[in-house]
Amino acid sequence: MKICISSTVDSINGLADGRFGRCPFYAIYDDETKEYEFVENEGAKAAQGAGIKAAQIVVDNGVDVVITGSLGPNAIRVLQAGNIKIYKMLGDKVKEQVGYYNEGKLISIDKPGASHMGIGK
Amino acid sequence: MQIAVLSGKGGTGKTTVSTNLAKLINVRYIDCDVEEPNGFIFLKPQDIKSKEVSIPVPYVDEDKCIHCKKCVDICQFNALVHTDRVILFEKLCHGCGACRAVCPTMAIVEKDRPIGKIETGYSDDMECLSGTLNVTEPMAGPIISKLKGMIDDKTTIIDCSPGSSCNVVKPLLGVDYAILVTEPTEFGLHDLKIAVELVRKMKIPFGVIINRMSQEDNATSKYCKDDNINIIGTIPFDRDIAVMYSKGELLIKDEKYKKMFTDIMSNIEEAIGCSL
Repeated sequence: MKICISSTVDSINGLADGRFGRCPFYAIYDDETKEYEFVENEGAKAAQGAGIKAAQIVVDNGVDVVITGSLGPNAIRVLQAGNIKIYKMLGDKVKEQVGYYNEGKLISIDKPGASHMGIGK
Repeated sequence: MQIAVLSGKGGTGKTTVSTNLAKLINVRYIDCDVEEPNGFIFLKPQDIKSKEVSIPVPYVDEDKCIHCKKCVDICQFNALVHTDRVILFEKLCHGCGACRAVCPTMAIVEKDRPIGKIETGYSDDMECLSGTLNVTEPMAGPIISKLKGMIDDKTTIIDCSPGSSCNVVKPLLGVDYAILVTEPTEFGLHDLKIAVELVRKMKIPFGVIINRMSQEDNATSKYCKDDNINIIGTIPFDRDIAVMYSKGELLIKDEKYKKMFTDIMSNIEEAIGCSL
């Protein structure tokens, strides 16, 4: 199983990013190898459709679970179409999120936040 | 000849200037402010004919799709996404057709999606055109392009959207002269400078009209003088104008304002003559 966390930097010691579509990196944790892989979000600088582009990256990487702050309506539609579960992050560190997930502390997100909120944060 | 009327800021009086000038010299008027067209309120054209404007959006035939994702990768607007099938976000689609062009199995066909309308009518014998973008639609470009495509080289006054976005650049393509309408406020001046930059970059000769002028000596007229910008006219800050505007009347109905617009027009003709 793969868990994807939206991240501000390409390090597990960094801060998780509350934005889904326009965060700079995704930390993708593989629970078989217990390792993180960092994927740059090419959608972050997109003029439009950042959330869609980002969701496509997540789908292409075979992710099963996304942990983030909030997502727009388009991103949520893509992730749901890809049968990816979405959870709201706790605290602010990237490396803490998988632990919270395994302990069942994370609340699932099933409603989109406002669109275009990631711009200008 | 095409004359565009624009402004960096909204609500400065573009429609007032363009409808009155168009009616005064009896030339074609075209409202390219498709998000909020209001020229027809003042010109009151008759026998309005309405035509729907659509853009072609892709439709994927799932039987033919081989899930190669080429359509998703080529889309510059992130309108397509692939999970177990291709999903279209139609409001992001610009109708460019790239997805159809790269599809190796011809699984993509295009369907027309209506985004707005174009209305044409006559105010006396004066031709009036206006585009309207449907509410919630994000893309005004295709309607503006279609409007521009409907005019020939007969003199036309083009009423633009406020700002300096694509929706202003599009109507400005190929125009002979630009009228920049502004008002003597800090915001008006700030946004006028952006509009000046735009028309200079596009190498369009232009002049400025200062609306709601209450005193001759203000920051906007000083800026124009310092920057060698031609002030082709001023419109006073006047209760009578506000009353006529609120009733949807053209100002040129009143002799004193008719004279004002006649003077503005002769300044424009002079400026165009010099720039040719």
